[in-house]
Amino acid sequence: MGDFDFGVIERSLGYLFREGMTFTLTLTGIAAAGGIFFGTLLAMMRLSSHKWLSLPATAYVNLMRSIPLLLVIFWFYFLVPYIGAWVTGSSQPIKVGAFTSSVVTFMLFEAAYYSEIMRAGIQSIARGQVWAGLALGLNYWQSMKEVVLPQAFRNMVPILLTQTIILFQDTSLVYVLSITDFLGAASKIAQRDGRLIEMYTFAALVYFVVSYVLSQLVKRLQLRIAIIR
Amino acid sequence: MNYNWNWGIFWEMSADGRHTWFMTLIMGLGWTLATAFCAGVIALILGSFIGVVRTMPVRWAVRLGNAYVELFRNIPLLVQLFIWFFVLPEVLPDSLGDAIKAMNPPWASFVPAVLGLGLFTAARVAEQVRAGIQALARGQGMAGTALGLTLAQTYRSVLLPMAFRIIMPPLTSETMNLIKNTSVALTIGLIELTAAARSMQEFTFQVFEAFTAATVIYIVVNLIVVNLMRWLERRIAVPGFIGPAVGGGGH
Repeated sequence: MGDFDFGVIERSLGYLFREGMTFTLTLTGIAAAGGIFFGTLLAMMRLSSHKWLSLPATAYVNLMRSIPLLLVIFWFYFLVPYIGAWVTGSSQPIKVGAFTSSVVTFMLFEAAYYSEIMRAGIQSIARGQVWAGLALGLNYWQSMKEVVLPQAFRNMVPILLTQTIILFQDTSLVYVLSITDFLGAASKIAQRDGRLIEMYTFAALVYFVVSYVLSQLVKRLQLRIAIIR
Repeated sequence: MNYNWNWGIFWEMSADGRHTWFMTLIMGLGWTLATAFCAGVIALILGSFIGVVRTMPVRWAVRLGNAYVELFRNIPLLVQLFIWFFVLPEVLPDSLGDAIKAMNPPWASFVPAVLGLGLFTAARVAEQVRAGIQALARGQGMAGTALGLTLAQTYRSVLLPMAFRIIMPPLTSETMNLIKNTSVALTIGLIELTAAARSMQEFTFQVFEAFTAATVIYIVVNLIVVNLMRWLERRIAVPGFIGPAVGGGGH
């Protein structure tokens, strides 16, 4: 057993939370919002009766779900500069920061998982409701916006939040791009001061507390929603 | 777009001077599958045990099982692997810790990776097993007791055979998650498939060829696993019994 110095945690708290945790939470927030938005669009495409809409969406979701997140992170890290060049019409791959790259990666990757949840949510709404909407003269977008999606979201809120907690944990994988997220910050201090045990144990503890507390809150929410329904 | 495609790169010699890049990727796949298999064995045995414990009429045992699941589910896999890789050798008694540190390269990261992935996946298997057992009608366990079976016999002959059949679909997706999750072991130095593609990209700059190859291999492995599990599911199906679906999710 070596001698421990837990003071290193106290001394680096500012760096860990102000830089690291802020990055982690920002990434989680943007990726969750974007992921749910694109995921809902993907779910609507998959449920469409037009083959040219449902097939690409299905292929995209299945592709994203069958390769590891780390490989996707590497893919987008190199692909985003080329996509950017294509969008802006530049002949050279444009420079994209690690933050932008990881936001795009997580948004598009998580969209596949959120879309599966939203698909189940949309399918949980009785078909008669859509027909009722159409009978009232609403078009597809109106009946989606006013009738189906509000209920689908409501039914799926606990599962969407659970997926977001998983996303929060998964953002730690940006470590491979040497980004200073919470784990990246902990790891940099750990290597600078040679305090691997203290820092990694502390990182595990923080991730555990955040995820555990959030998952308990989701459980409570689930019970409340279940009573209303 | 000025990117020089070169699909012939796979047949060129890799950085180690002995294998082609194609063989490098195949060896990476080998490590991916070996890690997933060993971790899967640990996860299935430990996960089943903990899952069963969580349904037993013993309060403290249920609490202990729940604590295990919560602990391993709420810490990112990457952090768990770091703990097994960096922290475990330091907190063990000196002789054992030194023996771990003295292991040769592939094993020094393979063993912590298997351990970490196994214990992580066990928590998820435990959750499925618990759900599977609780999905059975309560009368099944009572019938076992009424027949004079002990608790252990009830589990072995009545509850578990049906519970495992019910949870085959979620176990299939857990198996695929496990194979995908082995890629996280690259952070502790295991040259599995993703790491092999990454090293190919670093040495040859053929980014998209390397990642396309890895992606295709992962998809093929996925298809094989899904079909194997479906075949197994059909093989062990009990005629007339259609198990209710148990929720999966996550990755």
